Amino acid sequence: MSEYLLELRNIVKRFGGLVALDNVSLALKPGEIHCLAGENGSGKSTIIKIMSGVYTPTEGEILIDGKPLGNFTPAQSVQQGIQVIYQDFSLFGNLTVAENLALNTLLLEGRKTVDWSRVRELATKALARLGVTMDLDAEVESLPTSGKQIVAIARAMMADARLIIMDEPTTALTRPEVDALFRIVRDIQSQGIAVLFVSHKMREMLEISERLTVFRNGRKVAEGPIGEFNEAAITRAMTGHDLTDQTYTWEKRGDEPPRLKIDKLSIPGVLQDIDLSLQPGEIVGLSGLIGSGRTELALALFGMNPSFTGKVEIDGKPVHPRSVQEAVAAGLAYVPEDRLSEGLFLTQSIERNMLATSFDKFVRGLFIDRKRADAATSGMFDAMQIAAPGPHTPVNHLSGGNAQRVVLARWLLTGARLLILNGPTVGVDVGSKAQIHRKIRELASQDGLAVLMISDDVPELVQNCNRVIVMHRGAFVGEVAGDQLSEDELNDRLKALK
Amino acid sequence: MTIFRRSEFIIAVILIAAMILIGLINPAFWSLDNLFGLLRSNVIIGIMALGVLVVMISGGIDVSFTAFAAAAMYLTVKIMVYYGYEGVALPFLAATVIGLVLGAMNAFFIHTFRMIPLIVTLGTGSVVRGLLLGLVGTSIVNIDKMPPQLIAFGKTNLMNSVSATGTNFGLTAMILVYAGLALVTHLFLRYTMIGRSIFAYGGAPEAAKRVGFDTRKTLLFVYCFAGALAGFAGLLQSAMIWQANPRDFGGLELDVIAAVVLGGASIFGGRGSVVGTLLGVFMLVMVKNSLIIMKVDTTWQRVVVGLIIIIATALTAWRDRKKIV
Repeated sequence: MSEYLLELRNIVKRFGGLVALDNVSLALKPGEIHCLAGENGSGKSTIIKIMSGVYTPTEGEILIDGKPLGNFTPAQSVQQGIQVIYQDFSLFGNLTVAENLALNTLLLEGRKTVDWSRVRELATKALARLGVTMDLDAEVESLPTSGKQIVAIARAMMADARLIIMDEPTTALTRPEVDALFRIVRDIQSQGIAVLFVSHKMREMLEISERLTVFRNGRKVAEGPIGEFNEAAITRAMTGHDLTDQTYTWEKRGDEPPRLKIDKLSIPGVLQDIDLSLQPGEIVGLSGLIGSGRTELALALFGMNPSFTGKVEIDGKPVHPRSVQEAVAAGLAYVPEDRLSEGLFLTQSIERNMLATSFDKFVRGLFIDRKRADAATSGMFDAMQIAAPGPHTPVNHLSGGNAQRVVLARWLLTGARLLILNGPTVGVDVGSKAQIHRKIRELASQDGLAVLMISDDVPELVQNCNRVIVMHRGAFVGEVAGDQLSEDELNDRLKALK
Repeated sequence: MTIFRRSEFIIAVILIAAMILIGLINPAFWSLDNLFGLLRSNVIIGIMALGVLVVMISGGIDVSFTAFAAAAMYLTVKIMVYYGYEGVALPFLAATVIGLVLGAMNAFFIHTFRMIPLIVTLGTGSVVRGLLLGLVGTSIVNIDKMPPQLIAFGKTNLMNSVSATGTNFGLTAMILVYAGLALVTHLFLRYTMIGRSIFAYGGAPEAAKRVGFDTRKTLLFVYCFAGALAGFAGLLQSAMIWQANPRDFGGLELDVIAAVVLGGASIFGGRGSVVGTLLGVFMLVMVKNSLIIMKVDTTWQRVVVGLIIIIATALTAWRDRKKIV
C-alpha cells in the first residue's frame, strides 16, 4: 500500500502547440486537506480534468494507491472515489434536495425505476453524514449558494468518495458561510476523506489547508506543508513577483462640493435614513453582511429603484434617477456583482462591450464616428492592460480579471464621476486583482473619481479605501477611517453584527 | 413539490371560476350533452399535449407533431383501404410506429447537430407534410370509404342518453384511452429513471450529462414519445370523425402548446406535470367551445388562443423568475 491515495507523476498535457501542463507531479495523501493555488491559466483546471479522467495526459503516469492506471476514464475516476465539485455545482435547480442527492446513487446502481421512499432515505443519510439538516422537499433553486454547496458536497460523499476536489468553493460565500463550510470540510477529513481545494484565496488556504501546491504557467513552482508559507510567499509563488500593498490615503483639496451627497435616503423596509457625503478622489468602502442593504443602496442610486425618498446631490446638483439612463447622464457608473450575467455581452468584442453605454458620445448625425470610437477603445484597451490579442477579441475569451477590466473601461468611457463597485474582484486572481486595485486607486487620486466600493473582502476594503462604512439592516452603523482602519478592526466590527 | 402542487391548484381554481362564469352567461354549459361534448373534444388535443408536455419538460419544443399525426393517420387509413384490412389494433400500432420513427428523426437532428428544437421541428414538420401531400395524395378518405371497423371503434360510447331536444348523445369511450395514456405518462415521468432524466435534462443539461445520464437516450425517448402519441392521436381522430384528411391538424400545434403552457409547464424546461396538462387542455377546449356557443367568429378564436399562450407563458415565466431571485 502506497502512502499516497492519488499520485500524478511527470504529467505533461499539450493542446496542439500549447503546453498547459509542463512536467507536473502532485501527490495526495488519504484524509489530507491539500490546496492547489494558482492564477487563472496556471493549469489548475487542466489538472482537475486529468484527475477526473476528462483529459488524458499527453505524457506521465497516474497512480492510485500506488498502482498505475493506464487508461484513466471519468467512470474509473468516480469508481476510485474521486469526486469533483465544480463551481456551478452541477445540481438540478428544478428538482428537490432529496432527488438531487439520490440521483447519483440510483444511476450508479443501474436502477430503472424510482422508489421515492428510498430517495428520502438516501438523502437523509447523506445529510446526516455531514451533520446538517435541510428541508428535503425544497427545490434546490430556492436554496442560497451555501445550501447548494452543501447539497453538492453531500452528493459527492455518497459516491463513496475518497477524494473530493472543490473548485473555488468560497467564491460566492460570506464569511460565516465560509466558516460553516470549513467545519464541514474538517468533518469530512475526520472520516478519512481527502479534500483538494483549488483556489486563489490565500487567507482561506492558510486557514484550512495542511499542504499547499502552487502552479504558475503550467508548472509547479512551490509545494510544502502550509506552515512554510505566508501570504506574501504564496503571492510571490503565484505571480512570480511581490505585490505592494499600501493603503490608500486621501486628502481634501480645495473647496470642491461633495461629489455625492445623500440626505435621509430611505426605502421602507429596506433602507433607513442613509446620510453620506463623498468627496472627489475618495474611495469609500461599504461593508456589512449579505442583506444589509448595500446592494439596494447602490441600485437606488443607479436608478433601478426610483421609489426611494430623501435627497441625492451630485456635484451640488439635486438628482433623483428614475432609470439607468438618467443615472448615467448624472455621472454615475455601477459595476454589478455578477459581471458575467449582468454586465457583459459575452460573445461580443471587447471594443463593443466598452462602447455599450457610451455610443451616444461617438455619434455624428446618424452614424457612429468610428475613428473617434476606435481611438477611445484602443486607448482604454492599453490603459487597462487587458491581456488579449486586441480590442476585437470576444469577451468570453477573457479571464475573470480581464473581463472585469472591460466593465471598468466601459464605465470610464461614459465619463462617470462617481463609480459604484459591487464586489469588484470576486472570482479574480491575485495578480489581476492587484492591477484592478491599482487602476481604481489611480483613477481616484489622479482624476478625482469618487468611488463607492461594496465588498465582502475585508483586505480589499482596507487596502483601497480611505474610510469604510459598516452597514447593517438597512442603516449605517459605523465608520472606520484613517489609522483606525485595519483588517482586525473591521473584522471585529463585522463580527459584532448579529 | 409543493410548488407544482400550488401551480396545479391555481389552475384548478381558475378553471372552476371560468366554468362558473361561463355557466352564468350560458346555462346550457352545464347540460350533460355539452359536458360530454367537451370531454370528447379533449381527447385528441389531450393525447398530443401529453407528448408536447414531455418535450417541454426536457427543455425543447415540438411543432412537427401535427404533421406527423396527419402522416401516420393518412398513411395507415390509405393502406387499410387499399388492402381492405379489417381490424383495429394493428392499424393503431402502425400509426404509433410511424409517429415514433418520425419523432426519432427529430431527436437525431437535435442531438447530433445540437440544433434548436424549434427549427428542427419546423423543418421536419414542413417536410413530412409536404411529402405526404406530394407523394401520397391530397384526396380526403370519406365516410363511405373509411374502414367500418375503425368507425365502429370510434363510435364506442360509455353511456348513452337523450337530450332535452330529443337527440341522442353519449360519452365517448375514447376518454378512457386518453385517461389511460395520461396515467401511464404520469407514472412514467414520476417513477422511472428515464422519466426523471427528462426533468434533469430540462433543468440542467450539462449537469445531467455529468451525473451520468445517457442524454442521447433521453432526447431520443422524448421525441419518439411525442411522435408516437401524435401518430396514435392522428388515427384516433380519423376514427372519431369518420374521415381521413391529409390536411388535418394544420395549426393545431398552437392549441396544444397553449394547453400545455396553460397547464403550468415551463417554457424553460424542467417543470410541468400531467395533472396540470389535463387541466390546461380542459381549460383551452372549454374556452374555445364557449366561444363557439357564444357565436364568436372563428378568426377571433385564433386571437384568443394566441392571447392564452402569451398570458400563460408570461405567468409561468414570472413564476420561475421569482423563484430564482
